[in-house]
Amino acid sequence: MSRPTNLSLGRWFSYRGGTGYLLWALHRATGVGVLLFLALHIVDIFLLGFGPELFNELLFLYKAPWARVGEVFLLFGVTFHALNGLRIIVQDFSPRLWAHQRRLVVLEIVVFVIIFLPAAWIMITAFLGNE
Amino acid sequence: MRVTFKVYRYQPEVREDPYYDSFSFDAEPTDRVLDGLNHIKWHLDGTLALRRSCQHGICGSDALRINGVNRLACKVLIRDVGSKITVEPLMGCEVIKDLVVDMDPFFGHYRAVLPYFMNEEAPPDRERIQSVEEREAFDDTTKCILCAACTTSCPSRWANPGFLGPAAIVQAHRFIFDSRDRGAADRLSILGERSGVWRCRTIYNCTRACPKEIQITKAIGEVKRRIVDDRS
Ligand code: SF4
Ligand code: FES
Repeated sequence: MSRPTNLSLGRWFSYRGGTGYLLWALHRATGVGVLLFLALHIVDIFLLGFGPELFNELLFLYKAPWARVGEVFLLFGVTFHALNGLRIIVQDFSPRLWAHQRRLVVLEIVVFVIIFLPAAWIMITAFLGNE
Repeated sequence: MRVTFKVYRYQPEVREDPYYDSFSFDAEPTDRVLDGLNHIKWHLDGTLALRRSCQHGICGSDALRINGVNRLACKVLIRDVGSKITVEPLMGCEVIKDLVVDMDPFFGHYRAVLPYFMNEEAPPDRERIQSVEEREAFDDTTKCILCAACTTSCPSRWANPGFLGPAAIVQAHRFIFDSRDRGAADRLSILGERSGVWRCRTIYNCTRACPKEIQITKAIGEVKRRIVDDRS
């Protein structure tokens, strides 16, 4: 009989790590999200090979309201994943900064807001304006 | 004050699955969590299995997951964790019984980084002199007591039991940055492999868990940096 390891999804979620743990989880989640979108994108470009009609028909996918909302999430995912990745690279290569994790995270959030909010605003108003 | 301990139990000889037991009793706020566990073992249920030895944060045998985070039971006061205390074994290690886990893989990874002084040169007449600055480079990582609180708080390690883990890297750091030692290249090549430092995602769970307040993420960063610098 195999022994238990006290590891389960519930315990992963309930481990009381700090900011770094939370951001890591978000980094993973957005990474998977962006990857899924990329897969979808590869499929639709691939379908172009079967003629423009099929492709045009498929474009409804991106015009549907839920897809427009999805695009805002995509923007969130890409922006966060990129900025968080940059922060980790900076920290990994400058061990001296280890004590400034908090400050770097605040900086990351500020830059994120500056990029994400206006872009999301433009996307949402464009979407609502088209309705 | 009245405290309630919710304790993870695994008693393979009587029950196949792990379960939780609750114990309520009076304790002083200034008692340590380990005092509570001792009270349970000595007065309420002698079958409870746990490891402890020095009871003063030196031997490193009683690292446990306490209220969701890894700590040394002998270094945490009850008043700092509240009256409801959940105690579980370290995550990602096989549980042998109750709070006792199999530490063999952990010590295997420790041994894998050659955690001993390596220098084939003939010893000088007296001691190998080291400046204050040279000593400072690895001062922090000499404090490790091999309790495994860091390694078993690491999501990379949970997902990949082959990852050497923060404790082994801390131990390697202690020798890599010792000016008297000559084994750095060997250790760095071990740490540069797939199961080495690059599995670290700079999450900081280890640094927060370490009862000796070792700056683990910094130490791992220094090893990463050293590997990159040596390659270029
Ligand atoms: S680095 Fe800290 S947490 Fe990790 S084994 Fe050593 S003393 Fe324990
Ligand atoms: S019993 Fe030795 S460190 Fe806690």
